[in-house]
Amino acid sequence: MRMIYAIGDWLDQRLQIGGAIRETMGHRVPRESASWFYVFGSGALTILGLQVVTGILLALIYVPSAGEAWNSLQTLNHSIALGWFIRALHGWGSNFMIAVVLIHMVEVFLFGAYKFPRELTWIVGVFLLLMTLGMAFTGQVLRFDQDAYWGLGIGASITSRVPIIGPWAVKLLLGGPIIAGATLSRFFALHVFVIPGLLLTFVGLHLLMVLKLGINEWPMPGRIVRRATYLQEYQELTSKHGEPFVPYAVWKDLLFAAFILLSIAVCAVYFGPFGPGGQPDPTIIQTSPKPDFFFLWLYALLSFLPPSAETPILLIGPAIGIIVLLALPFVAGEGEKSWRRRPIAVLSILLIAVALGTLTHLGEYTPWSPLMNAWSSEPIPPQYLQGLTSLERQGALVFQAKQCHNCHSLDEKGGQRGPALDRVALRLTGDQLVRQVIQGGGNMPAYGKNLSPAETYALVAFLQTLHPSNQRPARDASHPLVLGASEVSPR
Amino acid sequence: MIQTETTQNKMSRRMMLVRVSLLLNGVVAAMLALPIVRYLLSPIVRERKPGYDSWLSLGQTAQFPAGQTRLATYRNPHPNSWDGDTADIACWVRNIDGSKFQVFAINCAHLGCPVRWFPQSNLFMCPCHGGAYYQDGSRASGPPERGLFEYSYRIEAGQLFISAGEMPTPGRAANNIGGKATCA
Repeated sequence: MRMIYAIGDWLDQRLQIGGAIRETMGHRVPRESASWFYVFGSGALTILGLQVVTGILLALIYVPSAGEAWNSLQTLNHSIALGWFIRALHGWGSNFMIAVVLIHMVEVFLFGAYKFPRELTWIVGVFLLLMTLGMAFTGQVLRFDQDAYWGLGIGASITSRVPIIGPWAVKLLLGGPIIAGATLSRFFALHVFVIPGLLLTFVGLHLLMVLKLGINEWPMPGRIVRRATYLQEYQELTSKHGEPFVPYAVWKDLLFAAFILLSIAVCAVYFGPFGPGGQPDPTIIQTSPKPDFFFLWLYALLSFLPPSAETPILLIGPAIGIIVLLALPFVAGEGEKSWRRRPIAVLSILLIAVALGTLTHLGEYTPWSPLMNAWSSEPIPPQYLQGLTSLERQGALVFQAKQCHNCHSLDEKGGQRGPALDRVALRLTGDQLVRQVIQGGGNMPAYGKNLSPAETYALVAFLQTLHPSNQRPARDASHPLVLGASEVSPR
Repeated sequence: MIQTETTQNKMSRRMMLVRVSLLLNGVVAAMLALPIVRYLLSPIVRERKPGYDSWLSLGQTAQFPAGQTRLATYRNPHPNSWDGDTADIACWVRNIDGSKFQVFAINCAHLGCPVRWFPQSNLFMCPCHGGAYYQDGSRASGPPERGLFEYSYRIEAGQLFISAGEMPTPGRAANNIGGKATCA
């Protein structure tokens, strides 16, 4: 023991950091701030450590070459002892990182911690969020599979829409005219050198400010932040009701760190590593590219924006979002901290959470995408065919053969791009069905050139059978008047 | 009094040396920055001189029967040895009537996902956001703002050549309107 102290003294005589460390450990935090709500920042730091370590371990094997990356991932998964586990830790670490960072941000927002004098801490935090998302996207590219390849294509297509410089920006992004070797190399450089370098620097600044300015006190309704008096009030709070960080608060951070690492490890063991999916061969086009979980909301949003609004929203939306986040501490730098007295803040969070949640949920089952194989893999349910005339059955055949099933579902099977057709005869008359099939419209292609009159006739005859047996199909009330009462109404 | 002046003079001489050194560093930094920026911009500058597009053969025209649309692949004209499979690019060749062709990029005009051809319904469909195109490449439905990108082609000695080499993107196509003959 004495030996250890001697070595410690010898080191500190030269390094002279013992005082600073003791000061940091003993710095007083407001008693109520030693709360379970305040562990997410240190949780993110813990995961950052895990990501650095597992990232270096992966770099021992991974080959950042477009021709070899996929093979090296297979080697990691299958040939290197526990390579799959390191990949799984890194992948799940990334998911947990995004989750913990978002929780941390929401908590800081709702507890008013971004207010005076911690404006810059928040701003640095906003950049840290952007870098975290940047790491997530570049990391997804390094898992160089089909999703990564076409994800890069989506990135390039969005970048190309920037006015004037778009096409040049695409070449800078891809490192050339197409997605190829140079692309993966530069994403490797971004993921391993550029962004982590910035990230660690900014994390250092972020932490420094937390220490220098003190951790946010627990927000009490009615305790108003004023620039003139806050610093003195905080000083009083910590000196009168404060406790030293070690051990008063730190044990919760430590316990949470262990909990989060254990959770990541359990997920890694149970669910295993992410991919890689199909090999990144662009001539294999039987693929449905999808981004990773945390970008699914964006993927969903892109399918709902009207074509004319898409480019402006894509290019201006993120800029506005970032400006709003950066401006927040200057607009609302003083005043009430407690979320109990800030209904708009709470509503904003709820609105954003519901919007992101809904879009992510939609992104999981992509109702806007045609089901490419439905026409050949999902038969028409037998109950829809019973008792049909041969013409109507011929129409059912047209329905399958012309890929209608890829976009329209019957009995909840098939694509969801267009409306389900189980009760279509209740909505549209025969004439309206003919018009819709031939001219399309409402996001449906026109089939006029692709169907013979006989095929259209048969198809519409089939569609007119699609209604519940106890409800009469739609009919045109003017028909009997125009054509005479002899006109037989459809089944 | 005299002494203070001398100190001030000494200080300002030192300060001047600091400034001269800083200036020298600025000049050296600028000299170094130029080649670095040029290096970083090489993917763009390269385009100016020879350009990325070349005439590439897709094979004999006999491979593409009249009235049908078939998948074809080509090797990117400027590959690196470590590109692997990524230098192989697919495209759709439509032989309209035996003499006229249309060659479409595989990339959806919305966000670049690979479109698939369905000969039964004569439609191209995109698996990502549900864009659909007619057999002539024009937009049928979904989020794309325009039809499929088209490569310019020519036929020589029974072979189908297309001018390709750069990934077609919405922005590039928009900038080329009225410019080059290629649509892609």
